[in-house]
Amino acid sequence: MLAKIILFAPLVGALIGGFGWRIVGEKGAQWITTGLLFFAAVLSWIVFLGLDASETQHLKILRWLESGTLSTDWSIRLDRLTAIMLIVVTTVSALVHLYSFGYMYHDPQWKEGECYKPRFFAYLSFFTFAMLMLVTSDNLLQMFFGWEGVGVASYLLIGFYYRKPSANAAAIKAFVVNRVGDFGFALGIFGLYYLTDSIRFDDIFAMTSELAEMQILFLWTDWNAANLLAFLLFIGAMGKSAQLFLHTWLPDAMEGPTPVSALIHAATMVTAGVFLVCRMSPLMEFAPQAMGFVTILGAFTAFFAATVGLVQNDIKRVIAYSTCSQLGYMFVAAGVGVYSVAMFHLFTHAFFKAMLFLGAGSVIHAMHHEQDMRNYGGLRKKIPYTFWAMMIGTLAITGVGIPLTHFGFAGFLSKDAVIESAWAGTDGGGAFWLLVVAALFTSFYSWRLMFMTFYGSPRGDQHTHDHAHESPIVMLAPLGVLALGAVFSGMIWYNSFFGDHKTVNAFFGIPNHHSEASSKTDHGDDDAAHGESAAKEDTIHSEMTNIGKVPQGAIFHHTDNHVLDEAHYAPKWVKVSPFIAMLIGFVTALWLYVWDKAAPARIAELNRPLYLFLLNKWYFDEIYDAIFVRPAKALGRILWKRGDGAIIDGTINGVSMRIIPFFVRLAGRAQSGYIFTYAFAMVIGIVVFISWMTFTVGAK
Amino acid sequence: MDTLLLSFVTFAPAIAASILLVVARGEDAAADLVAKRFALAATSFTFLVSLFILAQFDASKTGFQMVEEADWIMGLKYKMGVDGISILLVMLTTFMMPLVIAASWGVKTRVREYMIAFLFLETLMLGVFMALDLVLFYFFFEAGLIPMFLIIGIWGGAKRIYASFKFFLYTFLGSVLMLVAMVAMFAQAGTTDIPSLMIHQFAFETFSILGIQIVGGMQTLLFLAFFASFAVKMPMWPVHTWLPDAHVQAPTAGSVVLAAILLKMGGYGFLRFSLPMFPVGSEVMTEFVFWLSAIAIVYTSLVALVQDDMKKLIAYSSVAHMGYVTIGIFAVNQQGVDGAIFQMLSHGFISGALFLCVGVVYDRMHTREIVAYGGLVNNMPAYALIFMLFTMANVGLPGTSGFIGEFLTLVGIFQVNTWVAMVATSGVILSAAYALWLYRRVVMGDLIKESLRAMTDLTRQEKMIFAPLIIMTILLGVYPALVLDLTGPSVAALVENFHAVTAEAGLSNKIVASQ
Repeated sequence: MLAKIILFAPLVGALIGGFGWRIVGEKGAQWITTGLLFFAAVLSWIVFLGLDASETQHLKILRWLESGTLSTDWSIRLDRLTAIMLIVVTTVSALVHLYSFGYMYHDPQWKEGECYKPRFFAYLSFFTFAMLMLVTSDNLLQMFFGWEGVGVASYLLIGFYYRKPSANAAAIKAFVVNRVGDFGFALGIFGLYYLTDSIRFDDIFAMTSELAEMQILFLWTDWNAANLLAFLLFIGAMGKSAQLFLHTWLPDAMEGPTPVSALIHAATMVTAGVFLVCRMSPLMEFAPQAMGFVTILGAFTAFFAATVGLVQNDIKRVIAYSTCSQLGYMFVAAGVGVYSVAMFHLFTHAFFKAMLFLGAGSVIHAMHHEQDMRNYGGLRKKIPYTFWAMMIGTLAITGVGIPLTHFGFAGFLSKDAVIESAWAGTDGGGAFWLLVVAALFTSFYSWRLMFMTFYGSPRGDQHTHDHAHESPIVMLAPLGVLALGAVFSGMIWYNSFFGDHKTVNAFFGIPNHHSEASSKTDHGDDDAAHGESAAKEDTIHSEMTNIGKVPQGAIFHHTDNHVLDEAHYAPKWVKVSPFIAMLIGFVTALWLYVWDKAAPARIAELNRPLYLFLLNKWYFDEIYDAIFVRPAKALGRILWKRGDGAIIDGTINGVSMRIIPFFVRLAGRAQSGYIFTYAFAMVIGIVVFISWMTFTVGAK
Repeated sequence: MDTLLLSFVTFAPAIAASILLVVARGEDAAADLVAKRFALAATSFTFLVSLFILAQFDASKTGFQMVEEADWIMGLKYKMGVDGISILLVMLTTFMMPLVIAASWGVKTRVREYMIAFLFLETLMLGVFMALDLVLFYFFFEAGLIPMFLIIGIWGGAKRIYASFKFFLYTFLGSVLMLVAMVAMFAQAGTTDIPSLMIHQFAFETFSILGIQIVGGMQTLLFLAFFASFAVKMPMWPVHTWLPDAHVQAPTAGSVVLAAILLKMGGYGFLRFSLPMFPVGSEVMTEFVFWLSAIAIVYTSLVALVQDDMKKLIAYSSVAHMGYVTIGIFAVNQQGVDGAIFQMLSHGFISGALFLCVGVVYDRMHTREIVAYGGLVNNMPAYALIFMLFTMANVGLPGTSGFIGEFLTLVGIFQVNTWVAMVATSGVILSAAYALWLYRRVVMGDLIKESLRAMTDLTRQEKMIFAPLIIMTILLGVYPALVLDLTGPSVAALVENFHAVTAEAGLSNKIVASQ
């Protein structure tokens, strides 16, 4: 019941804010939407803390789609994954609503007297509703509803400044690129229905072990069903979570107001892809090749986005690429089969990244909507609270903590957990190294941002700097709350997400007997042989009992999946490596942006091609424009002019075109008042046809 | 009353038209207003009465219901009835017509004749969906051309004569072949009764004409003859080129009727004739239809991307959406056919609304050129909102009716042919591109053009016209059971029957299981 209230409160808010603001007033609309969101957030924490994870709850709301065996309700699935997402979504959303009071208070994009605030708050609340639909869904279709719903909300909010052509272009780009992902997602749903005869999670999960054995004919050949379908679903995740090849929309999405970037393009919507992979863990576990692809792509995205982040000058774009990169980390964790860690990083990242964005928003607010960091500098004194907030965010994202202990900022714990899992899951392979290098870059660009913004002497317009002012309390308070999350969320929930097997299982509601064999491997590496044989026994055991049964708990581990445990036994150098990478990044940034300020320009000049390559984001936009956008338009034009015009109209009615002038003359006469006579003649003609038919044939 | 309900609903508009023929003569504004009000009252009344059909309809039965039978001229039968497939199209027609009339309030020339044309058109369209006799069907089907032809030709735009003749010739040439096929059917089966023909098994032994092997024999030939007619009506690629011209030249209300109802006759024809009467012929031609549809979706979406005329763009988008309908129908499984019917209904609301959206700005600016607009959101916020909603419905956003139809047809086709499924699914990317690009150029941006500043937002009356369409689009998107409960049993019977026959003929390689 609580879950239903949480789900619909934002919708009610959106409707009141969007349609009823003339009645409740501009302020009223803001307070109502925000109030409902805080209400939902409080309820979400109640649900999260009081959740009995061992029992997955299903709450039916309404019938939805029923056609033959395809049968779906609007319905809520409440388990640990849902609960985590509930608190992340509602908490960040509530804070962003509050923050927007200040940020949107006087927006220079609008003329005097224009009423844009209710619309903004309504969109935010609508987004929250769609996002909650996505995370609470108990079937793929409702998830797809939320999936596309957040896409629309994102489209509306990116294009919120509808007078700006760049904002409109970015909005369309975001929607269309996401649709490419949705294309894969949809095919995945079709395939799952085709093979399992259902699109409910429970029914699908009960059949995943069979899917692993099945072949499916897709396009030209037969594929392993589990791998193919997992891969198709992951294409959807790539679009929503801005992974490599489908990432191009995310940096452009920064055209939206900054609170939007914090809520949608950092903390919640973009993590939907990670959530999807974790939610589909029972399928993913039987799709090793698809999982391999997830890992590799995640690692490459983490690396790629970090490299681009190194040289960007727009403060929001740096953070956007950083988001893209951190999402790559989450996918690596999910890809190696440690879903709990993927969720852990998602959880902590939501706090510190929302905080960085809101902090950046506060800077932008202070600097009169200047976003270029080259025009910042020395802001530490002018906006001290914002500075400290950004500092905490930076310490969190770069992963500051005490190595080899569980004491540190949120990002320290979750990122290290991801890297350790990557090491264990790939046997110290390329993904691990890419992540370590990305950690170095992360540290560099984060500190670069800090140094360029808050240290040194003011650059750019003197007037703007003179008038730089600290943000109002409604903007600082959310930063304070998020700071708590960025500092403590890692330490508090470390054991739940990345503790020993039993704790994690209990947290996610996975029955423990299932993993007895795995827990045996906890005894250590020297016991591996024993663990292996036990695992085999367990495999056989589970094959007998598990087929056709819905796996319990929010996530599922294949009996061969011991990556979580192995990650704990990673060598010390592995555990320390991200910390060292962080230090190197920090020192490099310190050197280039504090000690030797002429160095960056010098280095850029020395490596000009590389610099331009990074500055232009590896030229993805240009390449896509050349191979997709322009050819599509050219093809459309050819098909229209040549295809429809010359070929079809030309040949098919080439003959009739010669008849038409004759008719036109006839019609000319009809025009002059005899229309009905003419129409009557036609009716007569048809009657003659029919009579002819009845008499000739009927006479037989 | 109860037994004549269908006839009553069908002919009520025609009776109203006949009354209009006699009364309300005169060229002055008062007479025009009387004609408008009368037509609105007549269509609204028809809609209200048609609700009784819906109320009496028993969704659990599969056959025809409320059947009326009488002798007609020259030994022909008059027979009407509805089943789960046709009832929704009947309701769509009666639902849309009052809106169409209301949207024609601005017509200034020959108002009385205009209303008469639309009223007759309604009767003929309803007749198509309810006729249970071949000759009767043919009469309604063909006669429907005339009012539409006149609507385009008299009240249309500058190139209306060209467009109306293109429309007329395309559709008429298609139906000549259908007429020949009907004669052949009568010769073979000895009846023109549609329910009897549906259980009659037409010959399907392969034979050869002029050295060409005709697999599926007679059934394939009959199928093709009907196909010629329905494919043009649909319209399917490559016989779609009449549609953009007709839409561009037709008055707003004409476009709405054309898109919302007339196009559905093709899909209805496939479901009423092709699948049940020529299952073997259909099965033989399935791949052919699939590929025409898949090509249509991609081809017309690409063409829509580069249009400069708002109506043309939406017309091409209509062709693409009809591609989903044919794909769903010929997938011949529960989801596919359910989806096709749903898509027909939903497209009726959505494309009708989109053409009304174009009409709104056309009434104010008298141009459909996209470049003439831009930034309308600044002075027409309500219009922007409604246009946004239907744009999103058009791209198949979940929660709107557009999604359910697309999703079900694609689920249907995926079970039969994954290549076609993939090509068709790619349409969701392209549709987003062209629809949002249109929206951006018309509605978004700053209001720079001086001429647009004087444009006023939707009037109360315009909002009233959109309201029912908005309600239906969202209601069916959230609770599609309203439709699927009605169609389900009839579709299940159709699908089952189809597979039973084709399996017997040794042709079916489809999975019958998925129902």
